[in-house]
Amino acid sequence: MNQATIDTLYELLRQVTGFIYPNEVEVHWSILIVLYPYLTGLVAGAFILASLVKVFNVKEVQAVYRLALLTALAFLLIAPLPLLLHLGHPERSYEIFLNPNFTSAMAMFGFVYAWYLMVVLVLEIWFTYRRDLIQWSQQEKFPMRWLHRIIALFSNDLSERALEFDGKMVKAITIIGIPSAFLLHGYVGFIFGSIKANPWWSSVLMPIVFLFSAIVSGIALVILLYMIILPLRGEKIDMQCLDKMSSFLFYAVIVDFSLELLDFIHRLYESEESIRILGELVMNKLFVSLGIIQVLLGMLLPLGIIVCIKLFKFNEELRKLLYFVSVILIQLGILATRWNVVIGGQMFSKSFRGLTTYKMGLGGIEGLLMSLALLAMPLIILAVFIKVLPPWAKAQAPSPEQAKS
Amino acid sequence: MKFLAKKPPDALVRVLLIFVVFVGGALIARSFIPAALKEKSLFIKATVDREMSKPIHYAGSEVCAACHDEYNLKKTGYHVNLSCETCHGISKTHADNPTEVKPTAPRKRDFCTLCHAYDRSRPTGFPQINPATHNPLKPCISCHNPHDPKPPNVPRECEACHGEIARTKAISPHVLLECTTCHSVPDGHKVSPRVVRAAIPSGREFCGKCHAKDSINKETPKIDIATHGERYLCWQCHYPHMPEVK
Amino acid sequence: MDSNNMERRTFIGKMVALLLVPLGGIGALIRNVAAASADYNPAEHYYGMGIQIDKCIGCGRCVEACKDENEVPREPFFFRTWVERYFIVGDNEAVVQNLDERLVNGKQPGLEGEVMRSFFVPKLCNQCDKPPCVQVCPVTATFKTADGVILVDDHRCLGCRYCIQACPYGARYLHPVRKTADKCTFCYHRVTKGLNPACVEICPTQARIFGDLRIKASPLTRFKRMNKLHRLKPSLNTEPKVFYSNLDGEVR
Repeated sequence: MNQATIDTLYELLRQVTGFIYPNEVEVHWSILIVLYPYLTGLVAGAFILASLVKVFNVKEVQAVYRLALLTALAFLLIAPLPLLLHLGHPERSYEIFLNPNFTSAMAMFGFVYAWYLMVVLVLEIWFTYRRDLIQWSQQEKFPMRWLHRIIALFSNDLSERALEFDGKMVKAITIIGIPSAFLLHGYVGFIFGSIKANPWWSSVLMPIVFLFSAIVSGIALVILLYMIILPLRGEKIDMQCLDKMSSFLFYAVIVDFSLELLDFIHRLYESEESIRILGELVMNKLFVSLGIIQVLLGMLLPLGIIVCIKLFKFNEELRKLLYFVSVILIQLGILATRWNVVIGGQMFSKSFRGLTTYKMGLGGIEGLLMSLALLAMPLIILAVFIKVLPPWAKAQAPSPEQAKS
Repeated sequence: MKFLAKKPPDALVRVLLIFVVFVGGALIARSFIPAALKEKSLFIKATVDREMSKPIHYAGSEVCAACHDEYNLKKTGYHVNLSCETCHGISKTHADNPTEVKPTAPRKRDFCTLCHAYDRSRPTGFPQINPATHNPLKPCISCHNPHDPKPPNVPRECEACHGEIARTKAISPHVLLECTTCHSVPDGHKVSPRVVRAAIPSGREFCGKCHAKDSINKETPKIDIATHGERYLCWQCHYPHMPEVK
Repeated sequence: MDSNNMERRTFIGKMVALLLVPLGGIGALIRNVAAASADYNPAEHYYGMGIQIDKCIGCGRCVEACKDENEVPREPFFFRTWVERYFIVGDNEAVVQNLDERLVNGKQPGLEGEVMRSFFVPKLCNQCDKPPCVQVCPVTATFKTADGVILVDDHRCLGCRYCIQACPYGARYLHPVRKTADKCTFCYHRVTKGLNPACVEICPTQARIFGDLRIKASPLTRFKRMNKLHRLKPSLNTEPKVFYSNLDGEVR
């Protein structure tokens, strides 16, 4: 038995207020489990933004279409990592695929994830890039040439019919992809929302709130990346695109805020048995992370900023600065939202009579450094993707000889 | 879709091929996995078997009866419901190997007080003593045979089993009243407390003996017994062991 | 008899070596099924427990006995069963303490001042008939046996802790060494041999009553007949099989 763990538990025990069941001293789902909904939320949100282009024909957002897809894929690849690291026995994780319990929302992870990864995201990216992959590989040298050939599955067909088919497939996959994205993140909400033992989690609204905050964070992330990457490449930011994305962000934040406000009012109005301990939880343990970071800084302030932008028609430089600040605040706010749900739900006792604490270590598998690494990894992967599958490269029109081959 | 009538697009063919390879491969691989790794009923059976074969540490009292006469003595006394191992600890290894392994036998005061020290949350009627004042420093077993723990003297005070009540009364206005002033206690109560019960007074007039206006007792608070709370018994409002007015 | 681990190792070994059907694994499987214990038929039993609050003296023997019998870690963070102490003060507010607090926290047990009622409540896994923990386990590592006991397969448990979150009674914990979920099993290894669970065996006042819910002539059936019974958190519809008599409404 790890003495350090036991010492931490004794330390936590001293900080318990009120009465908790003796097994509840330890907060079981740590920062890693906070990261998972955050990461899948970004995936779902980025995909929804991309779908605006293909399904709802929002032309202004075309500039970030591919970036959004690549972002979604980069984050999706890292998303299972926090889960694996958290398991007591990660070497047994194959059991979720081999022997899933169909009454368990968590077991659905394997299938929903595999579906979304393979049938939606990878397929959509493939069909989007297929033409460019072929055209690039015709003009490149080793190794990029072969990399692109392999990714294109050695496809060579550039005929009118093939390209039209690509377009149709992209649209079809996006249409399937929207409910799939809802499912990918909605089931995470259901994992929490279906736990009747925990009144902080148990709510019909939980999957919906998760989904909308996911859309908010995904759109905000794409905006953030767009505003960072383009200047790094020395290119000009398309303000129409940025304004349009921010509009959608604005609508999403309004819906998200309304839902969370509804949940809050509903709880206070019904005033069920758990309201006392939940009130203590919010005022004592979650005051900063919920009141200040999630609501004030993460939602109200960005909302106010965007309203001002819409009302007062600021100039381009000011708009860019304000957008940049807003999306960073929103990311922090949504991360805080996940924290408040996951950690907050474990800090009060199911006896409704006491509160415990969560101590996040610095090192260790479930510590802060690991979490920061997990947040940084998708960005590194995205950088690789951008190198291999450039979102904004204009492939040259094929010469007549190349078109015939 | 019309295009299906013609040759399917090359891109689609390639993608489908990859899918078939993946999914088909997964299904084929699954069929090679032995049943023990994917059959739910086998897991359950294996777990149940494993659980059932875990080692037993407590032997159970009936096992002790085979060799130890104290078991029969215990059956006659107040400790009849106790398991031998409650005091003597884990004894399965001793039962399996009586000569080599011996169980413990607690002989110090601090063991008996785990159950018998006064604690206000213990149910009333459970025999409790104050370890500081009840024959301090003497081992409990010097007066009480643990297998038949009848006290050497019949408890004089009701406090021996009704500690909470006694302590409440001790700081109340009724402190000078003996328990027997209000409760008539038959002899058998101290022997079989749950069978032979003490009685409570029958009516308002009983309290009126001290608290009615015409009582001979000069120092008690007086009320008009005819009108004061006339539909109720006195103790429906006033807790007799702490008879506060407000 | 550990067929699962052997199967796993054989299987992985063979797959790595790119051989075909792991005949060795299937052979081991056949051997183990034959060696399973014979006489006990779980379908003939259905276990439950009764707890009489007005008999519990809060001595804590049951907690220690359980830790001894089931090799539960000794530290005060892992309990298969525990005892709570309630003080109901003037305005029907309850102050609740853990029996172990005095040992761990240095907090003084007990309460100063006036107390309306005070009592002990032993708690354990309720072995629910509609167990939320079984519902949420992603790999069916926890399941209900035919005789009504919820067990954990610690060879397959992933340690995801979803069941611990789903249990409304706080009955589960993560075993610190095995890193799998653990909880009271009604001392399954004892009751299937006709013995009582350790906590029931050791209780000095018979506050705990164990029995077969199907047998008409048993202390548990009399307990159910003669007492008004209460179960914990009935509104959650978990249908617990641990019944309390004289349970105060303030107990959660």
